[in-house]
Amino acid sequence: MEKTKDFRLYLAFIILFAILLPLGNLMGFVSNNTISLWGRYFCFAIAALGVDLIWGYTGILSMCQAFFFCLGGYSVAMHIVMKGATASGTSGSAIPDFMVWNQINALPFFWVPFQSFGLALILGLLIPAAFAFVFGYFIFRSRIKGVYMAIITQALALAMWLLFLRNETMLGGTNGLTDFKSLLGLSLSSPGVKLGLYLFSLAGLCGTYFFSKKLVDSKFGKVLQAIRDSESRTSYTAYRILDYKLAIFIVGALLAAFAGMLYAPQTGIITPGRMDVRASVEMVMWVALGGRGKLKGAILGALVVNFLYSICTSLFPDSWLFILGFLFVITVLYFDKGFLGMIEKIGGGIGKKKNKITEVAEQQVV
Amino acid sequence: MLLTVNELSVSFGGVHALDLSHFELNDKELRVIIGPNGAGKSTFLDILCGKTKPDSGQVLYNDIPVLGKTEVEIANLGIGRKFQKPSVFPSLTVFDNMLLALKMKKSIFASLFFKPTEEIDVRIRQVAVKVGLDKELKKIAGELSHGQKQWLEIAIVVLQDPKLMLIDEPAAGMSDEETEKTGELLLELSKHHGIIVIEHDMKFVEQIAKDLVTVLVRGKLLVEGSFSQVRNDQRVIDSYLGRANVQLENF
Repeated sequence: MEKTKDFRLYLAFIILFAILLPLGNLMGFVSNNTISLWGRYFCFAIAALGVDLIWGYTGILSMCQAFFFCLGGYSVAMHIVMKGATASGTSGSAIPDFMVWNQINALPFFWVPFQSFGLALILGLLIPAAFAFVFGYFIFRSRIKGVYMAIITQALALAMWLLFLRNETMLGGTNGLTDFKSLLGLSLSSPGVKLGLYLFSLAGLCGTYFFSKKLVDSKFGKVLQAIRDSESRTSYTAYRILDYKLAIFIVGALLAAFAGMLYAPQTGIITPGRMDVRASVEMVMWVALGGRGKLKGAILGALVVNFLYSICTSLFPDSWLFILGFLFVITVLYFDKGFLGMIEKIGGGIGKKKNKITEVAEQQVV
Repeated sequence: MLLTVNELSVSFGGVHALDLSHFELNDKELRVIIGPNGAGKSTFLDILCGKTKPDSGQVLYNDIPVLGKTEVEIANLGIGRKFQKPSVFPSLTVFDNMLLALKMKKSIFASLFFKPTEEIDVRIRQVAVKVGLDKELKKIAGELSHGQKQWLEIAIVVLQDPKLMLIDEPAAGMSDEETEKTGELLLELSKHHGIIVIEHDMKFVEQIAKDLVTVLVRGKLLVEGSFSQVRNDQRVIDSYLGRANVQLENF
């Protein structure tokens, strides 16, 4: 029953996003802009999966996921910018334009590895993972939880945002990295590449979804929920909580970084604005609105909220935050299980009504 | 000797919560600890399972010092704890609650690549029958009644296969019938495990106290003996009634 329902849902998702939208794009019904917009939503959904694993399943409220997202995004962006600089070769040695404007003549050492695409990919995952490991180790070892966890991760996000804002960090400062021309020799502005990136993001979302599903269905996933339910019981049952929390924190950071890597080439720009505290809080909100503790809820939340965001900001640009706030209040008050819970409730309500009607009818017959 | 405790003391904010000069428990012994509120009974168990750090003292479990070890290390040594307030995993099924408790390798990778086997299934069902939850295995633990949650927590402790079980008020909030069943269960378990039970319900204590009963008052050991000895001891009666009188006088 549950399986066939899932299967139908997957089928509908695949038909809509892997067949209808791309076909529409090829035939000219769906604009390139829409395609690349949805491609970016998929990236957000991947990051939301990470938030759901950390917060929804394990109960750790991490408010620095957008920072991990940007670490991934920046690494790919750095590679693209490096390649652009090498291709145009404005000044003797190839260094990005913004450095030239800042009168920096030699390439900073940490930019060097990003000349290679492979290294950029590896570093884009390795740096956030290492960050999550070190940061997580000290937080979880000191048994920081709940609100304190939220505050300390927010502080990290804020500190990193301030660091990336500075020109001295040599990552483009407030303006971030932009002017992306090509990736692996493919022009990023051509519709074919845009569609390719869209499909790649969709595949990435499906892949990470099934990976996460495997994770939460395994005994490992049950231990995570056990930690959320009762940390003390879990440790008296001889599970080393630190290991589990650290592992899932790193997985969440990797998912966010992977999402960021797909996101940067599709947007054409990455700035510190993507990693401020608000961006992280928004990620948590997608999951809260979609349905915390359900992987489908996280994806649904990320897609719906971002889609609404795009619609609302073009129709009534000033009122988006009010709409989001209103949605949030309604969800917290009436639908604590988010959109997914809402759908199930309405679906269940109809089912129940039907049952009641048949019951009444049966009684009348008797 | 399964457990030997010497000169154990702990105080919270200047108040002596526990000041236990000597305590011993044999293997496969069922010991009941009674005492008025604030006597330090739960604190004693908290120290044994690593939740609370004592100020000084010595705890030997099978001649291994326990103090200073983490909760996980103590659990691995074979000491299992049931809390006063039922502490289970409410969002998991009863079966999963028991599966997580079952004694096995509990590292991340062991959990990631865990494959359920026939043997594990049989073992869990066995224990489920013992605690009377065999029909509730698929239910979410949060939906169980209070008594059933208590039994589930006992099952969780049993599945860890500890040599020493620390059981804090197992009959609290149970009906008479449930209480009696719990008593039978504990007597049955004491054939294979050393057990320390904290309890207030005297009828229940009478049912399970086949060995010694220890009375704690204000953190100190007052008397140790069989149930009938303890019940007729004037000091025990005074400590219970005396306190009640103080409370009455304060009205």
